Amino acid sequence: MAAAPLQSVPAPRPEDQDASVSPETRAGQAYFDRIIADDSRIEPKDWMPEAYRKTLTRQISQHAHSEIIGMQPEANWITRAPSLKRKSILMAKVQDEAGHGLYLYSAAETLGTPRDVLNQQLLDGKAKYSSIFNYPARSWADMGAIGWLVDGAAIANQVPLCRASYGPYGRAMVRICKEESFHQRQGFEILLELSHGTPEQKEMAQDAVNRFYAPALMMFGPPDDDSPNSKQSMAWNIKRFSNDELRQRFVGMIAEQVKVLGLTLPDPELRFDEETGKWIHMELDWQEFKDVIAGRGPCNAQRLARRREAHANGAWVREAARAYAGKQREKQMQKAGAA
Amino acid sequence: MNAPTPAHADHSLDSFGDAAASATRVTPGNALRPEDIAIQTVRPSEDVAQYALRLGDDSLILAQRLGHWISRGPEIEEDIALGNIALDLLGHARSFLTYAGHAWGKTEDDLAYWREEDEFRSAWIFEQPNGDFGVTIARQLVVAIYQRLLYSRLVESADSTIAAIAAKALKEVDYHRDHAIQWTLRLGDGTDESHRRMQAAIELMWPYVDELFDDDELTERVGDAGVRPSTLRGEFDAEIRAVLDEATLALPAVPRASGGGRRGEHTEHLGYLLAEMQVLARKHPGATW
Ligand SMILES: [Fe+2]
Ligand SMILES: [Fe+2]
Repeated sequence: MAAAPLQSVPAPRPEDQDASVSPETRAGQAYFDRIIADDSRIEPKDWMPEAYRKTLTRQISQHAHSEIIGMQPEANWITRAPSLKRKSILMAKVQDEAGHGLYLYSAAETLGTPRDVLNQQLLDGKAKYSSIFNYPARSWADMGAIGWLVDGAAIANQVPLCRASYGPYGRAMVRICKEESFHQRQGFEILLELSHGTPEQKEMAQDAVNRFYAPALMMFGPPDDDSPNSKQSMAWNIKRFSNDELRQRFVGMIAEQVKVLGLTLPDPELRFDEETGKWIHMELDWQEFKDVIAGRGPCNAQRLARRREAHANGAWVREAARAYAGKQREKQMQKAGAA
Repeated sequence: MNAPTPAHADHSLDSFGDAAASATRVTPGNALRPEDIAIQTVRPSEDVAQYALRLGDDSLILAQRLGHWISRGPEIEEDIALGNIALDLLGHARSFLTYAGHAWGKTEDDLAYWREEDEFRSAWIFEQPNGDFGVTIARQLVVAIYQRLLYSRLVESADSTIAAIAAKALKEVDYHRDHAIQWTLRLGDGTDESHRRMQAAIELMWPYVDELFDDDELTERVGDAGVRPSTLRGEFDAEIRAVLDEATLALPAVPRASGGGRRGEHTEHLGYLLAEMQVLARKHPGATW
């Protein structure tokens, strides 16, 4: 049974009066509330409300799925990278993302749902992942734009998550953020090289920035007044800043960096508002965001099909590994029996 | 580095350790980088350069093949493992090509992106298509056993740059060999289906084994700077036979393909591989990236 959602100032909960709630649950809830109030960490073996467990499992596994699906747009350019050095860096980057997926599945598993189950949710189309990866990587410059804007937005989102109340998630984010900042720098370097290259290269770079700007801003999620789960996540110390707050900070950062690139952001309304001390950006097309999330983006079908294909093609390999391990165990037992 | 993981792998955070450490960072042990060779002033002789070109092309073409696996592996752990191997091979290729290029005033990229098919000197096995995972593992098994034997001899090359590149590569191909052996055992002695597929994969690759051990005029001329390929054959046969035996796989009895990669004569596969690899660079002559 799910516990009632917590308020930031804990109101008396129904179960406090409910005689059917066990003393263990009541003690657990009290411990949990204290940890959250102290802004310290919940660990896997600690008692936690079911809703907290569910929210985190969903969030961490979506994050893991995003890392894995996110390999595809960049893998699309590994075989065509225009220099061997860039090929090497890109391969290493995509491989890092696979590693991120693994850390995150592990963190999610500590909440009780096995990786195979989470993976099946992705394959069945029941789990979501970041909608940005449903946009195509059409040109080499997209490798730059993805690194600079997509990894950049991911960092802005994830640095506060390093302090998330759930220990394994926060610790996974620390490792991941370090690598993401390498990725962002590499992306920036790709764009810098292009924007200072031939006119065709510069055009390629500008086109990539034009295409990825708005989708990258949407990575922070819907506007605050349309983000029903944010409040609860903030009360649980999972989320630290609102979507709009993180988004305007990110815009401010890239507004400066784009000047170094000698490129422009496709946003006529972009400005710093002295009065509020905040960056103002254009209205984003939230209908497009909803469409892509609902599966109607340019590459949703392609991305899932690729994941399903890899999984299906690997079935006989995984079965073989299982069978082999079984045979080895049997041999060990026979040896032990004979001895 | 990642070894194949059994199906019920420990997925806890601690089980990854360094295996999942960022590949975009320079590993401290990797002292010799292509960039280091690029600033060296040593100019190889024409023969040594041609020999280095062969070594570089072998690894480059295979890295290109393996890179395609990333995001398509049977498990995420294998995306990482095959990616690691591809990255290692690409690193070796860059070092050998950079060194070879010194003889002709060319960079690694000049050689990788601007040569025609008949100017590539890789042996045929490297350009063979990935096929299923078993085919890729069969190709890895042959190549990794061969390259490990080769590099363990090349560390004593009379040419100090070749010796230095080989010394770095040796540690890495040692892992590639282990990876290929572990998977050959699992697939060969796994299920009926995996056994059937792995046996077929070995037979598919076998015609391209002999070419690796063909001596020719160049291998004679480079002398102590290189290794006479035929001298590696005995050890290769013993090693691969032992692995196939343990994996319950039979040594194929199929005729060799003629080969010809060392002379620039390739199978029908290389043209497609190069077309894909070179397309973007060639669209922008003179551009830097
Ligand atoms: Fe990542
Ligand atoms: Fe990243």
